[in-house]
Amino acid sequence: MNTPWKPAEQPEQFTFDAESEAEIVKVLKKYPEARKASAVMPILYIAQRQMGRETGSAWVPLVAMDEIAKRLDMAPIRVYEVASFYTMYNTRPIGRYHLQVCTTTSCWLRGSDAVVQACKKATGINNVGETSEDGLFTLTQVECLGACANAPILQVDDDFYEDMDGPSTEALIAALRTDERPAAGPVTNRCGSAPEGGRKTLLETPEAASENQ
Amino acid sequence: MLQDKDRIFTNLYGQDDWKLAGARRRGDWDNTADILAKGRDAVVAEMKASGLRGRGGAGFPTGLKWSFMPKQSDGRPHYLVINGDESEPGTCKDREVMRHEPHKLIESALIASFAMGAHAAYIYIRGEFFREAEHLQYAVDEAYEAGLIGKNASGSGWDFDFYIHRGAGAYICGEETALLESLEGKKGQPRMKPPFPAGVGLYGCPTTVNNVESISVASTIMRRGGAWFAGLGRPNNTGSKLMAISGHVNTPCVFEEELGVPLKEIIEKHGGGVRGGWDNLLAVIPGGCSVPVLPKSICETVLMDYDSLRAERSGLGTACMIVMDKSTDIIEAIARFSRFFKHESCGQCTPCREGTGWMMRMMDRMVQGRAELDEIDLLEQVTRQVEGNTICALGDAAAWPVQGLIRHFRPEMEARIRQYKAALGSTGLVQVPAHGIPVAAE
Repeated sequence: MNTPWKPAEQPEQFTFDAESEAEIVKVLKKYPEARKASAVMPILYIAQRQMGRETGSAWVPLVAMDEIAKRLDMAPIRVYEVASFYTMYNTRPIGRYHLQVCTTTSCWLRGSDAVVQACKKATGINNVGETSEDGLFTLTQVECLGACANAPILQVDDDFYEDMDGPSTEALIAALRTDERPAAGPVTNRCGSAPEGGRKTLLETPEAASENQ
Repeated sequence: MLQDKDRIFTNLYGQDDWKLAGARRRGDWDNTADILAKGRDAVVAEMKASGLRGRGGAGFPTGLKWSFMPKQSDGRPHYLVINGDESEPGTCKDREVMRHEPHKLIESALIASFAMGAHAAYIYIRGEFFREAEHLQYAVDEAYEAGLIGKNASGSGWDFDFYIHRGAGAYICGEETALLESLEGKKGQPRMKPPFPAGVGLYGCPTTVNNVESISVASTIMRRGGAWFAGLGRPNNTGSKLMAISGHVNTPCVFEEELGVPLKEIIEKHGGGVRGGWDNLLAVIPGGCSVPVLPKSICETVLMDYDSLRAERSGLGTACMIVMDKSTDIIEAIARFSRFFKHESCGQCTPCREGTGWMMRMMDRMVQGRAELDEIDLLEQVTRQVEGNTICALGDAAAWPVQGLIRHFRPEMEARIRQYKAALGSTGLVQVPAHGIPVAAE
């Protein structure tokens, strides 16, 4: 699974595989036929995921954008525009695991600096934005991830790891190295975004609450 | 304070089953057709009676917003668009609705769509909320399967489709017209208003854009009545609201609370108190980073609602507060917001595109103290040049935290500058940031 990352180079061609094609069919049903340009964002994601499956590096090469433009009757530049405007499309190859550390104020107040340090230490990455030499990890500093009550957050690909600190970050990265993905969510003993130590509200059972309604 | 019997979001923490069976047990989808049978005007009237104000930050009355939709279709379809692009730093409430109360959201979307003559609703979820979108998609599939939405939704005779659209990491798409642009497959750059979305919105059709929470409370308001909701909170600040506490408290969390409760009580009860005790409090940002910071003196007495916070020249915003204790470098805390806004400016309007960069660079120097004392006024002046001079409110949002800092923490900023001068001598105006990164290369 952990295939090494090849240097940045635009591939010659890109063809959607069967899995992607099935998803594209579903996506196109969401929007009126005359408005199919709306599907550009979801299909860019589909292309990025397919690259991840095929090469171990989830990014969108130019040829894929051209293919999307053709399918949606858009000028290619319109697709490039979208791909470059939104930060979640990787227009260059990235590592197998995309480590995204939130460093906005809420996370910073609760120790995101330690999470960044631990990421660097455990992956050997010197600067934020770089990919580790083994091609396994790309470290990105991101803006608020919207889970501030569980700060600091480290997002790995699709999953939020919450209430992180230095040691838990190193442990997470060590697990990823062994091809294991620990369960997402708070690493401390919390139920979602409830206060640590147990809920202070919603202490009635759901049944009692619904009777009250 | 809000009692459990008056809570709308009873599965806020996902402690119970979030799927259809659990949602039904909690009262969702209970004779939804009866609600729609009351008719469109009755639904809007009930929402108006509830006094609900938009929960995304602006606080515009929701019922009134719904009533702006054309009464009769002129042939163009109507759309409901739900704003789930929750990206305001400090804010993490809609995430809980999408992942733990998805059916409340879908049912309320049906009611809202019916009330505005829309047969389709799109929800725009921020891209990072991948798992939340997965939960919601699962719930949508369940609802279609059970006939709750789709053709003749819930047996009401109303056809209703619900679609999920994922964003891809742009804060600006939380602005309603940027969101519509993005949904149409373009860069998320805000549109000029007028025309307003109620006239010309998604695909040029009448559209209402509402925050996830504003929509989600609709089903409960319809069941328990606008008067019940209006009985919570204070006049003009009615109801309960999802709130969150992050930062330097003992137990950061998300919770539902009545509006109009003292901020201090909320921090003590839900946040478990400020780390190191109340007297260790430095400041609170009450509702996401766009609203100005409040020093401890104001936090002692201020009530948590739209009008009370407005009176203190701050705002309720999203009601997700960031608490900072005395160990905090308040200048750095606000400088991080300036970096955030610099990063998130869409680049369409010059005052914002350039101004956020200036504010960020000046704030970075303020953090070090590498500035002249009168540059604090210059910084203030820059924020005034941005504020009100842009198409959307991002420019204002970038300006306000800096203004709040200067208003309440000017002595700290001056002390920092003096400290730097004492240690390193006067440096005059320095244009190159200390980290050695040329301005043009950032």
